[in-house]
Amino acid sequence: MTVQMTSASTARPVVEKSDQHSSQPLAPQAPVVSHAEIKAKRAIWRGRIGMTIYLILLLMPIYWLLNMSFKTNTEILSGLSFFPQNFTLENYAKIFGDPTWYMGYVNSIIYVSMNMVISLLVALPAAYAFSRYKFVGDKHMFFWLLSNRMAPPAVFLLPFFQLYSSVGLFDTHIAVALAHCLFNVPLAVWILEGFMSGVPREIDETAYIDGYSFPKFFVRIFIPLIRSGIGVTAFFCFMFSWVELLLARTLTSVDAKPIGAIMTRTVSASGMDWGLLAAAGILTIIPGILVVYFVRNHVAKGFALGRV
Amino acid sequence: MTKVENNKAWWLVLPVFLIVAFSAIIPLMTVVNYSVQDIFDPYTRYFVGTEWFKQVMTDSRLHDALLRQFLFSFTILLIEIPLGIAVALMMPTKGRGASLSLILVAIPLLIPWNVVGTIWQIFGRADIGLFGAMMAKLGINYNYASEPLHAWLTVVLMDVWHWTPLVALLCYSGLRAIPEVYYQAARIDKASRWAVFRYIQLPKLTNVLIIGVLLRFMDSFMIYTEPFVLTGGGPGTSTTFLSQSLVQQAIGQFDLGPAAAFSLVYFLIILLVCWVFYTTIMHMQKDK
Repeated sequence: MTVQMTSASTARPVVEKSDQHSSQPLAPQAPVVSHAEIKAKRAIWRGRIGMTIYLILLLMPIYWLLNMSFKTNTEILSGLSFFPQNFTLENYAKIFGDPTWYMGYVNSIIYVSMNMVISLLVALPAAYAFSRYKFVGDKHMFFWLLSNRMAPPAVFLLPFFQLYSSVGLFDTHIAVALAHCLFNVPLAVWILEGFMSGVPREIDETAYIDGYSFPKFFVRIFIPLIRSGIGVTAFFCFMFSWVELLLARTLTSVDAKPIGAIMTRTVSASGMDWGLLAAAGILTIIPGILVVYFVRNHVAKGFALGRV
Repeated sequence: MTKVENNKAWWLVLPVFLIVAFSAIIPLMTVVNYSVQDIFDPYTRYFVGTEWFKQVMTDSRLHDALLRQFLFSFTILLIEIPLGIAVALMMPTKGRGASLSLILVAIPLLIPWNVVGTIWQIFGRADIGLFGAMMAKLGINYNYASEPLHAWLTVVLMDVWHWTPLVALLCYSGLRAIPEVYYQAARIDKASRWAVFRYIQLPKLTNVLIIGVLLRFMDSFMIYTEPFVLTGGGPGTSTTFLSQSLVQQAIGQFDLGPAAAFSLVYFLIILLVCWVFYTTIMHMQKDK
């Protein structure tokens, strides 16, 4: 759609010019131009309509969950409606009033933040090395890192459990944070390397000539230059750590249990507590929306993994 | 960019190496260790060589799971890649509409996977879910918990809903990188919409599409949480994919040896498919 959208204003002169060269009579000129314009407008509208339909389909399941979270269980089971008849915040009150519930969110946020910090701290220097220097085994190292992204978490389930139990880290936030480094650190290195390669070498050299030491240059000059890259990397680390449950659930039992594992409590002998489940689900979506809101202007570049 | 030869750069990579090695090499060695031994308890174990591998290779349940897994991965790739491209082409490029649609499209990617399962578990139920109720209205006796075909459709639909945004965002960022000059040239040539797509946009999307296909293949091949919450692998074993078979074997039955052998074969399949795909694409690009 991009073509037509931006072309609407410039299409006219181009078409006229090329028509002058052709041997056709001048009469059909006007219809040709308006025809092209109509076509362009139609394409824009097709795009808008298509996008709207897609977004509606995309948001419908989420809306349904949101709708359900404001209903009582009796209302949910008694029939379908697009709006809650007896609007209630009871489900949310239950979650915020019970530490065993809301601590799940706190635990998740703690290990996700830890993972973000660890991933960025170790990935920043490594990405710099990959983007600036040649060294023995650099390519192999890079591919080995990426191959970890291809390891199914299910494969590591039992070994992880034993490893972290044996070093006394079982059921701690740091255990989950470290386990998530398995896929987040390689990803962070990959994205940051892309962004860093976009910064010209001359900047490094000038700084060194000016007498900056490497750490001082890195912190004072280089990091501010790739701010948006760091933001985007943090976003990706957040995303993959926040949504992962299999490892997080296996490595925790009480003290660091993530919200995803606590949600299964809504299944009880008296049947499913649908309203509570929906409310808990909605609350897990909110942090994601906040994070993507902060990086919205960089997301397009971030998804190209810095390599555009 | 020319890079300087400097082996001291290893010091900068060392932290990454240590942290990933701790989470990757030690567990992987444990798996290798298990895969060649028969373990009764922590003190009694026998070396069995390749016996577990032979058992895994001839296990018909695993063959079925593998077949289902490939079928699933190819189905969702066939749907998600074209749909993702289409969405990326439709996304507005400027103004408030652009950032709004970016945020909205990204939402499914940020939902924890078990919640994705929960959303569709609710959405697909005929009694309390909109989708299930609509199917019932259409006269289809829709029930993903008892009909294998319906379970499959729901799992595929869920995955398409969940992951098409990733492909769309990848393509969107690829499209943003095309210089305006290309489009101007196309306009002068009076290129058709299709020609613009085929000869300008698609070639520029190749790189992001390679990443997209690889990511989607790997992740769909490892899928566990979403179908586990939605169908629990059922009805029967119709939606039991590889990860779930593995977890059942390792945690459920505690068959450590065969489970470890299975893990290694599983990991190797993913590596192999990704490698074959990547090298084929690279060869094709070189030929051009």
